[in-house]
Amino acid sequence: MKQFISFVKKEFSHVLRDRRTLFILFGMPLVQILIFGFALTSEVKDSKIVVVDYARDNASRAIISKFEASHYFDIEKSAMSHDDIYKSFKQGKIKMAIVFPAKFNETLLQQNKAQIQIIADASDPNTANTITNYASAIINDYKSQLDKTMAVPYQIFTETKMLYNPQLAGAPNFVPGVMALVLMLVCVMMTAISIVKEKETGTMEVLLVSPFKPIWVIFSKAVPYLLLSLVNVASILLLSVFVLDLPINGSVLLLLAESVLFIITCLTLGIFISIKTSSQQVAMLISLMGMMLPTVLFSGFMFPIENMPLPLQIITNIVPSKWYYVIVKSIMIKGLSFSYIWKETLILLGITLFFLALSIKSFKIRLS
Amino acid sequence: MQSVVLNNIKKVYGKDQKIAVDNVSFDVNQGELFGLIGPDGAGKTSIFRMLTTVLLPDGGSATVEGFDIVKDYKKIRNIVGYMPGKFSLYQDLTVAENLHFFATVFETTVEENYDLIKDIYIQIEKFKNRRAGKLSGGMKQKLALCCALIHKPAVLFLDEPTTGVDPVSRREFWEMLKRLQEQKITIIVSTPYMDEAKLCDRIALMQEGKILSIETPENIVESYPDKLYAIKANNMHALLKNMAAYEKTLNSYAFGEYAHASFTDVALTENELTEYLKGHGLSDIEIKKTEVTIEDCFIKLLKS
Repeated sequence: MKQFISFVKKEFSHVLRDRRTLFILFGMPLVQILIFGFALTSEVKDSKIVVVDYARDNASRAIISKFEASHYFDIEKSAMSHDDIYKSFKQGKIKMAIVFPAKFNETLLQQNKAQIQIIADASDPNTANTITNYASAIINDYKSQLDKTMAVPYQIFTETKMLYNPQLAGAPNFVPGVMALVLMLVCVMMTAISIVKEKETGTMEVLLVSPFKPIWVIFSKAVPYLLLSLVNVASILLLSVFVLDLPINGSVLLLLAESVLFIITCLTLGIFISIKTSSQQVAMLISLMGMMLPTVLFSGFMFPIENMPLPLQIITNIVPSKWYYVIVKSIMIKGLSFSYIWKETLILLGITLFFLALSIKSFKIRLS
Repeated sequence: MQSVVLNNIKKVYGKDQKIAVDNVSFDVNQGELFGLIGPDGAGKTSIFRMLTTVLLPDGGSATVEGFDIVKDYKKIRNIVGYMPGKFSLYQDLTVAENLHFFATVFETTVEENYDLIKDIYIQIEKFKNRRAGKLSGGMKQKLALCCALIHKPAVLFLDEPTTGVDPVSRREFWEMLKRLQEQKITIIVSTPYMDEAKLCDRIALMQEGKILSIETPENIVESYPDKLYAIKANNMHALLKNMAAYEKTLNSYAFGEYAHASFTDVALTENELTEYLKGHGLSDIEIKKTEVTIEDCFIKLLKS
C-alpha cells in the first residue's frame, strides 16, 4: 500500500510538472466548449414518429398518407393517449408525435381553419428543428392542394411544441459530446502515453526487477487520471451551468457516478493500448484514430446515428462514448432517472470489464 | 560459493533467428567483481536481461543466488539490483524524490541503508533538489547506482554504467564499485572500455554472442604468447599499410598514436624492421617493446 501511494504521488508530480500535459488537461475543456458552441447542421431521415388521429376523416387520412410517402418519416400509427406519447419520448422510441384533433375535417370545412399538434423531442435540437420543418412543409403542401379547388383559402395551423429544450439551444447537445470527447482524450491518450513512456525511457525495466507487482505499476498510473478527469467533469458542468446557462435537469450525483464509470472505461482502454504498444507515437496514434475519431463520428454527437447506413449504425454500438453520450443527455437535458438508462450503464460496464480482463490477461511480466 | 551460474544460455531474436547469445556458460563467485567485456552487439545486454528475469532464455538454464531465472523470477526480483544501459531515472523528479521513490518501491527507506550509498550519495547530495534531467552524465550514473543499491541487493547488475561518462567520473565510478565489493555484494558489470576491464576480478571477453575467454585480467595479459611492439612513423596510414604487407608480421593494428604489432620471427631485430620501413619511404621511425593490454589480447582472440 505504501508503494502504491508513493507511485500515485510520483505520477501526480509527472502531470503537474509538465506544462503541456496541464494544458491538455485543463485548457482543452474550455477550448472545446467554445469551439463546439457553433451550430451543427444535419439532415435527418426515417425519424420514428407516432400519429394520433382523433379525427379519422378524409383530411387527416390524406395528410397521414403524405407523411407515409415521405422518406423523412417512419410512422407508427396508434391510438395513444397523451401520457403514452410522453412515455414513448422518454424511452427514446420516437422523435416526434403528430396529433389530429377530433372533427379535424369538419372544422376545416366549416371554419376554413383547423389545428394539428406536432410534438418533438428537442433534446437533440438540430434533429427536432429539422423534422418539425419537414412536417410543416408536408402539411402546407396538403393545404395548397385544397386551395386550388376552393374559392376561399383554408388555414391549418400547426402547433409545435419542443420538449425538454424549448428554446432549441445548441448547448445541451454539445455539452455531453464535449464531456465524452474530453474524457476520451484525457483518460485514454494520457494514460496510454504515460505508461508507454516508462517503457521507452527504460524505467519500466527497473520497475519490473522490483518486488512491486507489475500490474500495480499500471493501476497506480490510472488513479491520478481518474481524479484529474473528475475535476474536468466538474469544470465542464460548472461552465455549462454558469456560462452557458444550461441547468442540469437530472440528478447531479447520478451524472457524476455515470461519469466515474465512463472514466474507468476509458482508463482500461488506455491501459490496454499501453500494453499493446511500445512507443509513445504509436500509443498516441492509436488513441487518436481508434478512440477520438469514433467518438466524434459515431457517438451521435456530431452526426445523427439515424442517418447512417445500417452497418455503421451497428458499429456505433461498440463505441463506448455513444452510450455515455446517451446517458449524459438523458440525465442532464431530459432529467431522467436511473431506470431509463440502466441498459446503457450495463453496456458500459460490460465494455469496461471486457477490456480490464483483456489487459490483465495480456500484461507481460517481462520485456517483449 | 557461486552467486550466479549460467549453463548453456541461449537467446535468439526475431523471425530470422538471429543468435544474440550462443550457449554461454560461466560462474560468478559471491562477492566477485565480474566484467563482461565486448563491443556493441556482443550479447551483453541480453545476458543481463535474462539474469534479471525480464527476458526468457531460449535454451539452457541459469540461477542467481540459487534461484532459477525462469521459475523463481519473483524471488530474484527481490534480491537483485539492476541498472539497465539506458536507465535514465525520472527526469522530472528531483534527485531526492527519485531516491525515495525507488526506496519505497523496494520496500525500504533511504535511512535504513544509508550506509551503503553514503559514499556515493554524498557527492550528489548538494544537488538533491535538482531535477534528474538537469544532472550531468556522471551525476546521473551515480544517482542511478544509488537507486539500484538502496535495497542492499545480494547481486548488482550494471549494464554499461560508464558509457557516455567523462574519464574522471568513470574512474570515480569504478572506485565506488571496489568499495561496494567490500560489502560482499556480487557485482556483474559490462563495458565496452578495455581499460576498465583490468579493474575487475575476472573478465569474460565476448564477441557475437560467444565467450572467447574467461580469466583474471592478469592471466589474460600474461598468457599473451607474442612479443608486442609499438611503432610510430611520420605517416600512420602508410605505416599500417606497410606493416600489413610485411611478410614477418603476425598482427598489426592502430593503437592510439602508435601501431601495435607482433611478428612470426622471434629473432627479428628493430634495425631490420626500421630498414624495411625506410625502404618504403617512411621516416621518424620509433620502435619499442610495449606492455600487453587487455585490448591487445582481445584483438588476438578475435583474429585466431
